[in-house]
Amino acid sequence: MLNDFLILMKQELGVTLLIFILLFIKLAKKEWKNETVLGLVNILLFVNLAAGFFFIHKGTLFGDMFRTSELLSFEKNILNLGTLIISLQSYSWLKQHKHVPEFYMLMLSTLLGMFFMISSSNLLMFYLGLELSSIPLAAMANFDLDKKRSSEAAMKFIMSSAFSSGLLLFGISMLYGATGTLSFSEISWQLTTLSSLQVFAFILLIAGFGFKISAVPFHLWTADVYEGSPVAVTSYLSVISKGAILFVLVSVLYNVFQPLDSAWYKMLFLVSVLTMIIGNLFALRQQNMKRFLAFSSISQVGFILIGITGESIQGSASVIYFVMIYVFSNLAAFGVISLVSAATGRENVDDYKGFYKTNPVLSWALTIGLFSLAGIPPTAGFFGKFFLLLAGAGKGNYWLITIAALNMVVSLYYYLRIVKAIFMEANDTPIENVKISFAPKIAMLICVGGIIITGFASGAYKYIYSLF
Amino acid sequence: MPLAGFVILGLFGRKYFKNFSGIIGTGLLLVSAALALYTAYQYFFVNGKVDGAYPSVTAVKYTWLSFSEKVSIDMGIILDPISAMMLVVVTFVSLMVHIFSLGYMKGEERFATYYAFLGLFTFSMLGLVISANLFQTYIFWELVGVSSYLLIGYYYDKPSAVAASKKAFIVTRFADLGFLIGILILAFYGETLDFNTLIQRLTEHQSSQSIAITTASFAGVTALTWGLVLVFIGGAGKSAMFPLHIWLPDAMEGPTPVSALIHAATMVVAGVYLVARLFPLFTLTQAALGIVTFVGLISAFLAAIIACTQTDIKRVLAYSTMSQIGYMMFALGVSGYNGEAGLGYTASLFHLFTHAFFKSLLFLGAGAVIHLIHSNEMKDMGGLRKYMPITHITFLVACLAIAGIPPFAGFFSKEEILLAAFNSNKIVYGIALFTSGLTAFYMFRLYFSIFWRAAGPSPLERGWGEVFHGEGTFSMKLPLVILGACTIVAGLIPFGEYVSANSKPLASHVDPVFSIAPVALALAGILLAMWMYKKESSRPQQVSAALGGLYKTAYRKFYIDEIYLFVTKKIIFNLIGRPAAWIDRNIVDGLMNGIAAVTAGISSLIKGIQSGKVQSYALYFFGGIIALAIIFLYLWK
Repeated sequence: MLNDFLILMKQELGVTLLIFILLFIKLAKKEWKNETVLGLVNILLFVNLAAGFFFIHKGTLFGDMFRTSELLSFEKNILNLGTLIISLQSYSWLKQHKHVPEFYMLMLSTLLGMFFMISSSNLLMFYLGLELSSIPLAAMANFDLDKKRSSEAAMKFIMSSAFSSGLLLFGISMLYGATGTLSFSEISWQLTTLSSLQVFAFILLIAGFGFKISAVPFHLWTADVYEGSPVAVTSYLSVISKGAILFVLVSVLYNVFQPLDSAWYKMLFLVSVLTMIIGNLFALRQQNMKRFLAFSSISQVGFILIGITGESIQGSASVIYFVMIYVFSNLAAFGVISLVSAATGRENVDDYKGFYKTNPVLSWALTIGLFSLAGIPPTAGFFGKFFLLLAGAGKGNYWLITIAALNMVVSLYYYLRIVKAIFMEANDTPIENVKISFAPKIAMLICVGGIIITGFASGAYKYIYSLF
Repeated sequence: MPLAGFVILGLFGRKYFKNFSGIIGTGLLLVSAALALYTAYQYFFVNGKVDGAYPSVTAVKYTWLSFSEKVSIDMGIILDPISAMMLVVVTFVSLMVHIFSLGYMKGEERFATYYAFLGLFTFSMLGLVISANLFQTYIFWELVGVSSYLLIGYYYDKPSAVAASKKAFIVTRFADLGFLIGILILAFYGETLDFNTLIQRLTEHQSSQSIAITTASFAGVTALTWGLVLVFIGGAGKSAMFPLHIWLPDAMEGPTPVSALIHAATMVVAGVYLVARLFPLFTLTQAALGIVTFVGLISAFLAAIIACTQTDIKRVLAYSTMSQIGYMMFALGVSGYNGEAGLGYTASLFHLFTHAFFKSLLFLGAGAVIHLIHSNEMKDMGGLRKYMPITHITFLVACLAIAGIPPFAGFFSKEEILLAAFNSNKIVYGIALFTSGLTAFYMFRLYFSIFWRAAGPSPLERGWGEVFHGEGTFSMKLPLVILGACTIVAGLIPFGEYVSANSKPLASHVDPVFSIAPVALALAGILLAMWMYKKESSRPQQVSAALGGLYKTAYRKFYIDEIYLFVTKKIIFNLIGRPAAWIDRNIVDGLMNGIAAVTAGISSLIKGIQSGKVQSYALYFFGGIIALAIIFLYLWK
């Protein structure tokens, strides 16, 4: 029993251990230097990531509350990797910060919450994981302590989040009323007929998910929170947090709500179309790079939803594959922005004119990231999008595919706008050369390498596909 | 053949190391052109036919990824008659352009970048040509798009060039969407992306895939037709077919050698190539073929008319390209699959082949002229034959070829196209014939305006003085001469022997009697152009000659000219040419601009929702739930 517990929950335990280590560092009499803490944490995060690849077992714990499998472990590894990249990227920002251990404690708590959420096989467990992953996020959003915008972002986040959680709980209670159980496997047994109560409960659940992945019309908090938060938190919110929810969404829809598939298929169709279109339209107008990436990531979510509508193994495999690529591409872009923002405080698209002249290396990293987000071959993003569309096409819904393809063109336009600014436009006051320290350099390498390698080598997708 | 495949791969490896300067780039391309020729030689003459048909060989195949149990994505190299032919055309024209650019682009600041872009473009084009499956084709297709974007926007400090490259990119992207969706449909039903397998599965009558794709339908049209039409839209975008052609004239902002490469011989014919590649599938559905015919014909005709009204020499050539590609398209459209009926297919690819030579020759000639005059406008030119004899002769050869005068290359291919049209549909034939007359007219209008007309100011008067550099360097003249020679002999190749729809040799049938009408019409066009543009130019001299007593005759002639000008310019051009140009400018362009404006408008509208107030966010959130509930509980069950 204890052995099972140790092995099956090792990823969660690893994160918990990290949190405790940080707690002791904070409580230690002697104040630790920031550099030391950061170095140690990054090494530990790496060890934690590496450990995730060994001793992978399948099983359930706590009376079917917690389950894990190779696939779930892989999903958690993706999240671990993303967290490590973000941690490396925010090195220069955190170095000057007074509360480094707290930041990591909060971040790791949310990560722990996500792990529990991914592994949950009971609505109660799921809800606990969800809350654990969102409440500390509000505190993280507030981490630019001297900036008013940052506190505003935190307030908005916690209030919207509370609101959505309330409705989600309402949905869960309805579902309990309809089926008399909270366990995933039993719910799917009970859901046989499409009663109004069940559909409505399901809508509330979708709204709760939609809030987290900022799908339209539940996305409105996104812009303010993303803009006000520190770059590290914004990238965490838009990559890791979204990725985790998407993993859960796929498995919940495919496994638990399978009987309701005709209903959720239509719902996803609608939400996906709205999300793509509105995300794109907002992204078109943005002048602030952070806001721009935030909105463009909304429209990316719309794409992911298309893959989910495919309702097949290819569907879920391509979603997981895409999220992995999305981690690389989005973090490559966010990484550059965060470096520039930390060094010069400039975040506008216009500031990036002539960026190539002063920062050729960063320019290429940013360009590769943007190309991948835009889905230009042969970057990984292209394959990711292509597979999503292919999976979505499996249902034969060509309207959805057409709308998606149109949106791809629009998004291409705005991603290329930035590439054009970087390479082709002149600027009297370009961003001065930004020195890249060791940690962000590694993060950049991982991201760019990931984009290129997953683009050319096919092993990743095959591996994911084989996990089902 | 695997050996040949290996050789080509070696060539790619080489090309990946960016060609850092002109000489290296040209040298590398020389090697690749030689390899391409060798490959084609191996393919056609050494390996030869199997069962009387040229086999389609997949030289290299590597399963890159299996997406699901059925669909896998491979990377491969395909060699069949058309890809062997395209290999030769692409490398050869690209080589000529590389050599020409050595002189033309001399002294440019970003000389090395230019060659790197050229190398990238050539690489992607070759990749496109030898792709063994739809997915790989799409990747290279996009790469071709990106590299042509870079080349068109090469003069990036010129706003018009940047706008043009953007336009080209956006328009072709829209078309690529169609292509992508088409691929998805074909891949979904055919359960493969590989060309050969796909064609084999779908043409087989009783195969499950073929039944699935012909029975599934959407909006009353079978999935097969949808897929093919969408793929064709992609091809039409790249090949500048009506109504997606609007980017082509603007793309003339790029350096002229680039136009010769991209807009004459390679990228714009990618659409034709794609249709030819999937031709066995197109023959399965009359509707798709009908659309190909119709679009090709309209493009050919419309572009020919517009070309008559343009004064910028590159734009005339651009419209002429569009018109010729229209020819290739409808030739495919009227073609059948087997034997005699497959004439259109052969003719189309034959025309593609010959067109590559003479059109790149025309563009390079125009480049030489622009290099000398520093202007694209016809009115700045005239009487140049004395200053650039080689350009003059080669340009004349190309004009004769495109007009379809025997024995130049264009004659043979055009005759075949017309014959194919004649056999299939008399109306198509009539329009095509008329267009061919127009072609002769506008090409010779161009020719006479540049090289004849007024003697023009002498070099000194033009202020060239010391900097007068004659025709340009040796490197600029050489390609002109080589291409000129090719233009003369290319038509004599028994093309049907090598390339035909079912890969079995098809004897060319050019009946001398049949050729009378087109050639006569072409001659009429030439004479008309000569009469209008050669004589008009002699006006100044005749006015002076009038002082010597011939005043009256000269006056009368002048008068007739005026009438003629009135009829053509005021009536024909205004009634047909202008509206055509107007539709082009306002409706088609306007539509594109309109989409952008509407998008921006909606975007600013919904910005109001983003108020920053958490209360209202919660309200919208709740509203979203209610809306979803209403929709899914009551409306859309």
